[in-house]
Amino acid sequence: MSPVLQGAATILIGVFGCIGYFYASNIILDRVLFPARGPKAGRNINRANQVRPWLFLFPAIFALGLYLVYPVVGSFYRSLFDRAGDDFIGLGNYIDLINEPTFRTAVFNNFLWILVVPAGSTFFGLAAAQLTDRLRWGNIAKSLIFMPMAISFVGASLIWKFVYANNADIGLINAAREALFGAEPLDVLQIPFWNNFFLMFILIWIQTGFAMVILSAALRGIPEETIEAAIIDGANPFQVFFRIKVPQIMGTIVVVWTTITILVLKVFDIVYTMTGGNFGTQILPSYMMGYMFRDNGRATAVAFVIMVIVLPVMVWNIVQARREQR
Amino acid sequence: MADLRLKDIAKAYGEVEVLSNINLDIKKGELIVFVGPSGCGKSTLLRMIAGLERITGGDLHIDGMRVNDMPPAQRGIAMVFQSYALYPHMTVRENMAFALKLAGKSKQETEQAVNKAADMLQLGPYLDRLPKALSGGQRQRVAIGRSIVRDPKVYLFDEPLSNLDAALRVATRIEIAQLKESMPDSTMIYVTHDQVEAMTLASRIVVLAGGGISQVGTPLELYQKPHNEFVAQFIGSPAMNLLPGEIVETGETTLVRLSDGGQARAAIPTREADKGMQVNLGVRPEDVIVTEGDEFLYRGKVEITEALGELTVLYFEKKGEAPPFLGKLPGVHAQLRGSPVKLRAEPENLHLFHEGTSLLYR
Ligand SMILES: Nc1ncnc2c1ncn2[C@@H]1O[C@H](COP(=O)(O)OP(=O)(O)OP(=O)(O)O)[C@@H](O)[C@H]1O
Ligand SMILES: [Mg+2]
Repeated sequence: MSPVLQGAATILIGVFGCIGYFYASNIILDRVLFPARGPKAGRNINRANQVRPWLFLFPAIFALGLYLVYPVVGSFYRSLFDRAGDDFIGLGNYIDLINEPTFRTAVFNNFLWILVVPAGSTFFGLAAAQLTDRLRWGNIAKSLIFMPMAISFVGASLIWKFVYANNADIGLINAAREALFGAEPLDVLQIPFWNNFFLMFILIWIQTGFAMVILSAALRGIPEETIEAAIIDGANPFQVFFRIKVPQIMGTIVVVWTTITILVLKVFDIVYTMTGGNFGTQILPSYMMGYMFRDNGRATAVAFVIMVIVLPVMVWNIVQARREQR
Repeated sequence: MADLRLKDIAKAYGEVEVLSNINLDIKKGELIVFVGPSGCGKSTLLRMIAGLERITGGDLHIDGMRVNDMPPAQRGIAMVFQSYALYPHMTVRENMAFALKLAGKSKQETEQAVNKAADMLQLGPYLDRLPKALSGGQRQRVAIGRSIVRDPKVYLFDEPLSNLDAALRVATRIEIAQLKESMPDSTMIYVTHDQVEAMTLASRIVVLAGGGISQVGTPLELYQKPHNEFVAQFIGSPAMNLLPGEIVETGETTLVRLSDGGQARAAIPTREADKGMQVNLGVRPEDVIVTEGDEFLYRGKVEITEALGELTVLYFEKKGEAPPFLGKLPGVHAQLRGSPVKLRAEPENLHLFHEGTSLLYR
């Protein structure tokens, strides 16, 4: 069967399968289980209505259970076994991890990423949102800032490989160094410690657009009168921004911040393609990728460490987002 | 606590001229009310005085100083917005203290000012709450408190009560009146849609219409001697009736023969030359008297009666294009519905307009 036909068949089966499921299950509920007839008609209607939400929720709960809960449990179980997956070794994988210097570097670097990337993206996004707000060409500026969002992480890494290239004819940074100071080219990705920041900058460059769009919408939602009242009260533009606007969109800032934090703990592509984790730039996701398919026990153990780090951020993110909606 | 002088003030948004030729002198201690139909530029004028809107023509003086290009904070004004405009992330106390904090006042001084304003407006129990935990009336009091704290020269109010329900509006209106009384030196400018607010609060009312000032005067001046048909119909509710007619007798008082048969003598002096002039006779619904005699100014069939208890509003049958004639009689008169009624009015309660302008102001 050709892929097109396959796709069409999948869509048809999916859509009509859904409709058929809801239709049939509701009919069974109303006609067979709790018919609205006979002496208990009223009670039956009430019962049917209590059951009905679960009919609608069931497919989602089932799918989430199958594709989210089971893998988590399964991964944890797998992380307790050795490389081949035959011998149970308890927490052996975790203990090995702790004793490995690369893992410790990865954890340390990951905390750096968590501190720097969300802060940088949110800061630049907020600044861009505020500064482009009143400009006539603000929307063009916004589109340009947003554009990196559309590039894949690998694509973005390739672009920045050129920027960082160890050659004054290709690399922007080395070209600038040569033009300004006449300096010899150097590979910025090999400067210990600071090379991490050159990598982080790529993700900040990508995520600033996301932060800007969300925060720009939030800024527009601030009642104009509160700003005018502050101006009359004698606030200068900086005070209006930091003491009136920012506090009013604090909830949104937190949501943006935590969302980017969660993303940071997932992105392995940049490090993987730029340095492969060498020169002290390893982070957990790409460290995990390094073990994948070689030692699945070790890789799932790393995945679990990442999940444990993400979980509190995630909970906070959801709590804040729900508070925003109210 | 200042004089305001508006000289030839104008406002245009690009090509669109919203206001022009606004000339107004406001004396220290006055409470000026701007009224006018929606969209006539009341808020715009107020915001120009506040400095939130650029003045595109003319000069604005506060205390003799031209302030056209002065930023709002230095003009010595405070503004209360219709939507309260409280800072949602600050407590009531912080809201009120914000301006003083920005001005670098000492902690003690700030606290004193806040407490004094809170006492004045009975806000003491709410000082540590956030605005969202307050009722509409309390929020508006906080907004007023926030302006009092700054001790401004001029208070500006833009429809401060229109988000409140009827009962609260009356209560807060009285509070504002008392507030004004306790600060006799402060100058206030107040924008409203509500006639009762305008009539009860104002020391002078400014009627804005058609991009300019229609009339300025005390509430009773506007009611008793409207400058033109617009003001006559705008002030007073229901609106004044206008009946077309012709002047037939001039002198100390004027006799008008009306187009649909009636006649009336108005206590307005006219000149010999005015005989034959086409005029509109204005009579307020509350000034008509039911009569059995031959002298009447209006005769018609009552179509609807609205009994409001202390008075009854009569809607007469429509004649031609003009809006129906209205009468307002004290007491209950439900039995008048459907019957023909003749009306007259005292000469001193009648108004004459020629081409829209009152004959009193020729
Ligand atoms: N930015 C603008 N560009 C063009 N016209 C504007 C602009 N802002 C306001 N206007 C016009 O100025 C006029 C006056 O507006 P304003 O808000 O002062 O009316 P208002 O008397 O306060 O009305 P309301 O009683 O409904 O509050 C309106 O006709 C409005 O359409
Ligand atoms: Mg307005």
